[in-house]
Amino acid sequence: MIRKLLVANRGEIARRVFRTCRDLGIATVAVHSDPDASSPFVAEANESVALGGATPAESYLRGGAIVAAAVAAGADAVHPGYGFLSEDAGFAAAVVAAGLTWVGPPPAAIEAMGSKLAARRLMGDASVPVLPGEDLTGVGDADLESVATKVGWPVLVKASAGGGGRGMRVVRRPRDLMEAVAAARREATAAFGDGTVFLERYVDEPRHVEIQIFGDAHGRVVSLFERECSIQRRHQKILEEAPSPVMTAALRDAMGAAAVTAGRAIGYVGAGTVEFVLTPDGEFYFLEVNTRLQVEHPVTEAVTGLDLVALQLAVAEGHPLPPGALAPELRGHAIEARLYAEDPLASFLPSAGTLSRFEVPLDAGVRVDSGVESGDTVSVNYDPMLAKVVACGSSRDGARRRLVAALRRARIHGVTTNRDLLVAVLEHPEFADGAIDTHFLERHPPTSLCLLPPPGSAQVRHSVLAAALADQAAARRAASVWAEAPSGWRNNAGDPQVRAYRYRYDQGPARLEARYRRGRTGWWAEVDGTGIDAVATTVEPGQVELVESGVRRRYRVETEGDRVWVDGPDGSVELQREPRFPERGAAAAAGSLVAPMPGVVRRVQVTEGDLVERGAPLVILEAMKMEQTVLAPVTGTVTAVPVAENQTVAAGATLVVIHEGGDAEAGEGAGG
Amino acid sequence: MTVLRSAVDRGSDVFRSNREGMLARLAALDDQQALARAGGGAAYVERHRSRGRYLARERIDLLVDEDAPFLELSSLAAWGTEFTVGASVVTGVGVVAGTECMLIAHDPTVRGGASNPYTWRKVLRAMAIARENRLPTVNLVESGGGDLRTQAELFVPAGKLFHDLTALSAAGIPTVALVFGSSTAGGAYVPGMCDYSVMVRQAAKVFLGGPPLVKMATGEDADDESLGGAEMHSRVSGLSDYLADDELGCIAIGRQIVEHLHWRKLGPGPSEPSDPPVHDPEDLLGIASIDLKVPFDPREVLARTVDGSRFEEYKPLYGSALVTGWASVWGYPVGVLANARGVLSNEEAQKGTELILLCNQTDLPLVFLQNTTGFMVGTRYEQRGIVKDGAKMINAVTNSSVPHVTINMGASYGAGNYGMSGRSYDPRLLFTWPNAKTAIMGPEQLAGVMSIVARQAAQAAGRPFDEEADATRRAELAARVEAESLAPHMSGLLYDDGIVDPRDTRTILGMSLSVCHNNVVAGTRGYGVFRM
Repeated sequence: MIRKLLVANRGEIARRVFRTCRDLGIATVAVHSDPDASSPFVAEANESVALGGATPAESYLRGGAIVAAAVAAGADAVHPGYGFLSEDAGFAAAVVAAGLTWVGPPPAAIEAMGSKLAARRLMGDASVPVLPGEDLTGVGDADLESVATKVGWPVLVKASAGGGGRGMRVVRRPRDLMEAVAAARREATAAFGDGTVFLERYVDEPRHVEIQIFGDAHGRVVSLFERECSIQRRHQKILEEAPSPVMTAALRDAMGAAAVTAGRAIGYVGAGTVEFVLTPDGEFYFLEVNTRLQVEHPVTEAVTGLDLVALQLAVAEGHPLPPGALAPELRGHAIEARLYAEDPLASFLPSAGTLSRFEVPLDAGVRVDSGVESGDTVSVNYDPMLAKVVACGSSRDGARRRLVAALRRARIHGVTTNRDLLVAVLEHPEFADGAIDTHFLERHPPTSLCLLPPPGSAQVRHSVLAAALADQAAARRAASVWAEAPSGWRNNAGDPQVRAYRYRYDQGPARLEARYRRGRTGWWAEVDGTGIDAVATTVEPGQVELVESGVRRRYRVETEGDRVWVDGPDGSVELQREPRFPERGAAAAAGSLVAPMPGVVRRVQVTEGDLVERGAPLVILEAMKMEQTVLAPVTGTVTAVPVAENQTVAAGATLVVIHEGGDAEAGEGAGG
Repeated sequence: MTVLRSAVDRGSDVFRSNREGMLARLAALDDQQALARAGGGAAYVERHRSRGRYLARERIDLLVDEDAPFLELSSLAAWGTEFTVGASVVTGVGVVAGTECMLIAHDPTVRGGASNPYTWRKVLRAMAIARENRLPTVNLVESGGGDLRTQAELFVPAGKLFHDLTALSAAGIPTVALVFGSSTAGGAYVPGMCDYSVMVRQAAKVFLGGPPLVKMATGEDADDESLGGAEMHSRVSGLSDYLADDELGCIAIGRQIVEHLHWRKLGPGPSEPSDPPVHDPEDLLGIASIDLKVPFDPREVLARTVDGSRFEEYKPLYGSALVTGWASVWGYPVGVLANARGVLSNEEAQKGTELILLCNQTDLPLVFLQNTTGFMVGTRYEQRGIVKDGAKMINAVTNSSVPHVTINMGASYGAGNYGMSGRSYDPRLLFTWPNAKTAIMGPEQLAGVMSIVARQAAQAAGRPFDEEADATRRAELAARVEAESLAPHMSGLLYDDGIVDPRDTRTILGMSLSVCHNNVVAGTRGYGVFRM
């Protein structure tokens, strides 16, 4: 019986496990790195142990320290979550060796599935369908093509160790094969310390369909149905659902049976996932077994009504699987969206910073598993997933629409996220029709999905006006004198007030200018020279209400530095304030090239024709026992150096002449 | 404190005709102010802009804090004269980096920003306000100097400008010159006399004599950049403390300068709740009489002006033609004197004197709401000492050292104007409603008096009195006095600090009191409060 559980993980999955522990009356222990010290998951645990360090290697990958923490805190079980050490057989063995309960499959099962190549072989032997493939160990360059032909074109070159798409390459032509194999070997060696690679038949338009399996210590292994995870960016799943839109009862039975066979073959205990590739003509092939709880497990929970973490704990305690798991029922449809702190418009670059606000509306049928809360810092050290938003419904379309609504109304400020991309995919007709495969985002790259409303749209224009009105309200509230006077008050009416914002549109940034004036009866306003025929009924620093043709819309406005987020009825718009006065460096001028005082030229570091960067040292002058470096005030071309080293110069003597810009056309910019 | 109740009947004929009349006057005021805004006219504005330059008001808009108000002063200066309305300069109080500053911006579209006699009066008035209220002063300079057509009127008073600028500095009031363009001859002393000067590269030109004058005087051929360019002054003469790349940069530097002053106001600041009045200020349009013979209750004005419409009335049963008491505006506590029924008789004069003394005792600024036809005349009042009582009030007003802010809501005639802190009594600020008139007496009374005097003279000389000619003369005189007493005329002569919309009275008073609190707020000490 588990009394106190340590979760060897962080973020949302630690919170997820703790939640079930609270339900079951199990005490909890968190371990954490230094940057996570004040994370919500640490605060929610009964006890916590600092692992130190910031990177995973310094913290969550230190198995020995984690086992020691469990012992120190008096925990009797360890749950690994996903990622980090969750599929590390050595860690599992260490936990067991320390006399603690390991919430996961036996180390041997983890070991067996750790090598993809070994797993393929094992599954092939157990009659689980596997894609044709060949180990390349010991295969020379000359034989590569014949091996590939045996597998069948096109082929995928894959590293045996590791995952996440690293070391994978699709090869369609024999002449590209040799190089692809060499590169995959290099990459696999560098990433996993194991250069073993193999070839596998490559499926075009594949769907990623996986079966959730569960085994208990009493020899039972069951299938908890499938999840479809075909929407991926760079082999990273971002939308997952259950059931799969293309699933038939027969196919489900066949895949479920194959998965259970796979689980039995390795003596599986606990939660596992058997991943398959499903071809357009309904054939499926084994890919791999994930010997842990998956990120996307909530969709299975939503359609089966089971608590998978509770099942994991029950199985770890040695209980048999309960009747609900032995005869699961599939009800309704669920879709999960993974919110990442990353920029889909900038090659999915992770974004970091302070998440000044993070609120996802918890409407009926919506579940949010998040690792962060408003005010948290998003660190660059870990996976940039902020939260999983799961919506369920009686139909796929119902779940889809709920999820869109929840994501759209979420208020996420401070870091760039993939929210708009998720919404765009969910609303795409192909997705709505269930016509998806793992290449969806390659066919429809983020830039083509019109993630952002155009600058001329009513949503953006209204958001700019709301931002301007909220900003002026904040400015008036912060005023130290005359705060009681109406905004921008004039007794001799003049130009309207102006605030400008930068809007980052897919097609490049746009500058939008709001002009507004507080009249005796209300606000007058225009954005980008076109009037907005709306009445502002509420104008506060955090909130603006606009009534247009009798329709009242509320815009909530939040700012952080010069960034502004406007959350309106149509979604969120992020803006950046344009500075009122252009930023510029100190007014460096061409004249700084004259000797500031009489002295001796000690060094001349440029010659005629040199291109110099602004701020580059040109001449060192010694005067009054002090050395003075004359710097280039602008970037440009040196057109004259009328002094030589050791020459004595008078104050005001020209030292160097630079022509601003690249071309050496004579002109101003001279120093004398 | 009592919350004032209102008895205004918005449906009454008087209310409606007052409102119509006031709206017409406000429209006329806006027309005149539009002339000031238009400066030298579209062609000159276009030429100025084509040089990449901002207009005077645009410079001010950029200099003051975003969304902050700007209280423009003397916008109708030179009204009714041969000069452009506004007198080719914009003055006013603006908030720069959280600091109330006096801003003086030449309008280069009007004859190159050249100054005429009204320009000097307006600028000198602005500097007087800056001095009395301790306001840092920022000059936005682009002026060709004096308008030589008027040199005879200009030359002597112009000297006062430089005198007052440096006197401000000596009084501990920082002065800043932002030079956007020409500032030549006498104008060169503006950056010269200011504590700080910023010049715009390739635009500012500051020299005593331009190339033609230098050529005439010494035969030297000089170009204006080396005579007085921003680069030269920033690197060689040192007259410029900061070199700005362009106008925006210049304004940004100006804002930084004001920021580093870390200005501290010396007054005690607001101390009361600053909740708005409970009655609608819009009603003021219907309350203020267009026909000045019809009195109106100033409590209705206070009910739409002071914090929470709260007013504690002093001596409500005594001298009831003058309403006195205490209130606050924007949280600044004040004493109030407001005319209820035009005339001031002995009791009103005594009551007003007492309130002035009481407020000096407790260092409270005074607000005067004028609507007076003057001190009472007649045997009975003379025998009761109306001259002595009026003198007491004038004495008290004169020697009161707390700040006064005066609003002329209607009539301001005769010595009533003096007793109610008219222009000559140096209120810190004085504003006029568009319906107001200011004169030695009402036009009809004045014409009537002149007629009686003429009739008496004719009789004494035994001449026949030409009734027809008298009627014509009387009508002409009344018309002339009427025209001269109107608000735009008085404002044009700088006898007030501006004509304001009655609905803005609370805002104007609040700003004015806040301005006053930049300086020490201290009453006169010496004697106790005399019970008159």
